[in-house]
Amino acid sequence: MRMADILERQSGDGRQTAPARPLVHRQSAWTRATHWIWAACLFFLLLSGLQIFNAHPALYLGDQSGFQFDNSVLRIGARNDGGTIIGVTTVLGRSFETTGILGASGPDGQLQNRAFPAWATIPSYQDLATGRVVHFFFAWILAGTLLVWLMASVINGHFRRDIVPTPSDLKALPRDVADHARLRFHHRRSYNPLQKLSYAVVLLVLLPLMIATGLAMSPGMNAVTPWLPELFGGRQSARTLHFVIMVLLVLFFVVHIVMVLAAGPINELRSMITGWGRIDPDDGKDR
Amino acid sequence: MARLITRRNFLTGTALAASGIVLSGCDVFDFLGERENAMRQFMLKANGLTMRAQRALLSPDRLATEFTEADIRQPMRPNGVTRPDDIDYQTLASNGFADFRLEVTGLVDRPLSLDLEAIRAMPARTQITRHDCVEGWSCIAKWTGVPLQAILDSAGVRPQARYVVFHCMDTIERSLSGEVKYYESIDMIDARHPQTILAYGMNDMALPIENGAPLRVRVERQLGYKMAKYVRGIEVVESLAGFGAGQGGYWEDRGYEWYAGI
Repeated sequence: MRMADILERQSGDGRQTAPARPLVHRQSAWTRATHWIWAACLFFLLLSGLQIFNAHPALYLGDQSGFQFDNSVLRIGARNDGGTIIGVTTVLGRSFETTGILGASGPDGQLQNRAFPAWATIPSYQDLATGRVVHFFFAWILAGTLLVWLMASVINGHFRRDIVPTPSDLKALPRDVADHARLRFHHRRSYNPLQKLSYAVVLLVLLPLMIATGLAMSPGMNAVTPWLPELFGGRQSARTLHFVIMVLLVLFFVVHIVMVLAAGPINELRSMITGWGRIDPDDGKDR
Repeated sequence: MARLITRRNFLTGTALAASGIVLSGCDVFDFLGERENAMRQFMLKANGLTMRAQRALLSPDRLATEFTEADIRQPMRPNGVTRPDDIDYQTLASNGFADFRLEVTGLVDRPLSLDLEAIRAMPARTQITRHDCVEGWSCIAKWTGVPLQAILDSAGVRPQARYVVFHCMDTIERSLSGEVKYYESIDMIDARHPQTILAYGMNDMALPIENGAPLRVRVERQLGYKMAKYVRGIEVVESLAGFGAGQGGYWEDRGYEWYAGI
């Protein structure tokens, strides 16, 4: 048992009086630095990516885009309805009116025909060239940071300790899901099973897939690794998958922020900035 | 429980505030669209990295994927200028480009002036490839033409040559400062690539006007805007300065990357 825990027990019931939650070093400098670099990268990649998408706001399956045949799975466009433009989003053949956000957006009376709205793209106006400059710059940083993080985490044990779920994590998973559903959060020294699993999925599956589907769209890389676009079912399928993973990453971000806020934003932010954070006093038995 | 609710109120407020910053904040980065902005210039270095990385991985003769007849499922999608309104061009088109001459100039030992018959008499290459537009779409078509290498060899390229500039017949922009004709450029690595051809045939027909008749470039390991249509001249040069705004192409002069391998 740690010294802080012993002192805690001796001072009586920690939960009802001011709990002396021990302050521990939770995050290494590598983890913290890569975390914030990714946060910046994903922000710019998302907004410049939507700019690029706006240049041809449709997604297809296969190698090519169907102009004389239909292999589209998503199309964001607009139709003119007696002088007013109406944003229309078509997903798997089903159309929805999405005026204001998708297909047509802008200030009242000045609706513009654009897939994603100005507030969701960099630059705010249509500029594919700049979107590409920003996107590829941050893509390099994201990929480089992922590589650095992977090496540092394998060496410093973060990978084995906090990312890859252990058999006992998987056994504890149902209880952990139930606890999260009841908004009952534990602040342990180690990550809980759901946390490990979601970080493993994002860092080891989604981000590498994002990079791979991105490279599968590059005509230069297609000559180097012709099997890559084939692996995803063709260049246009890779582009569709790139978009789907973007949506999953945005969902992860939303859940991530909600969890940080629910778990105590000050303590969580402190541990992600300084490395030090408070954990539950009775953490000893969980390790 | 009371504590949880206040905390939840707090977090709702924080989330709203944060999303407010995001929602209103995106023209904050519009300065990146200014071509001379120092931050943009810095970010552009990533494209140099991309080019060096791809060139390191890509041996000069490595081919772009070639597809089969069954993959040709639609006519080639035309893009950019599809019907040049230039008088000179229309005159040439009106008699089937019989008076067309391809001029090969610049750093060559023997400048050439070739008519279509002479070009069609040269060794030909046919390839079914996927055209990837910078906008994001792709289209598969069959292209027949003369390898650029064959033309360069018969002209005799001088050792100091570094780029091939394609001069086009179509006016793509008319502004107060005058008419701008399309142009493009590639370096000698792509110029000598086996799949780099001057195409005069498409999907077993003569190249249609909307796809660049009588001659268009195919550079299969790069994006569509590199593949100039309506080519009238090939100029072998040491530097791209002096053409357009000096960036090596119509779209490059407007902020797109010269190396379009990604």
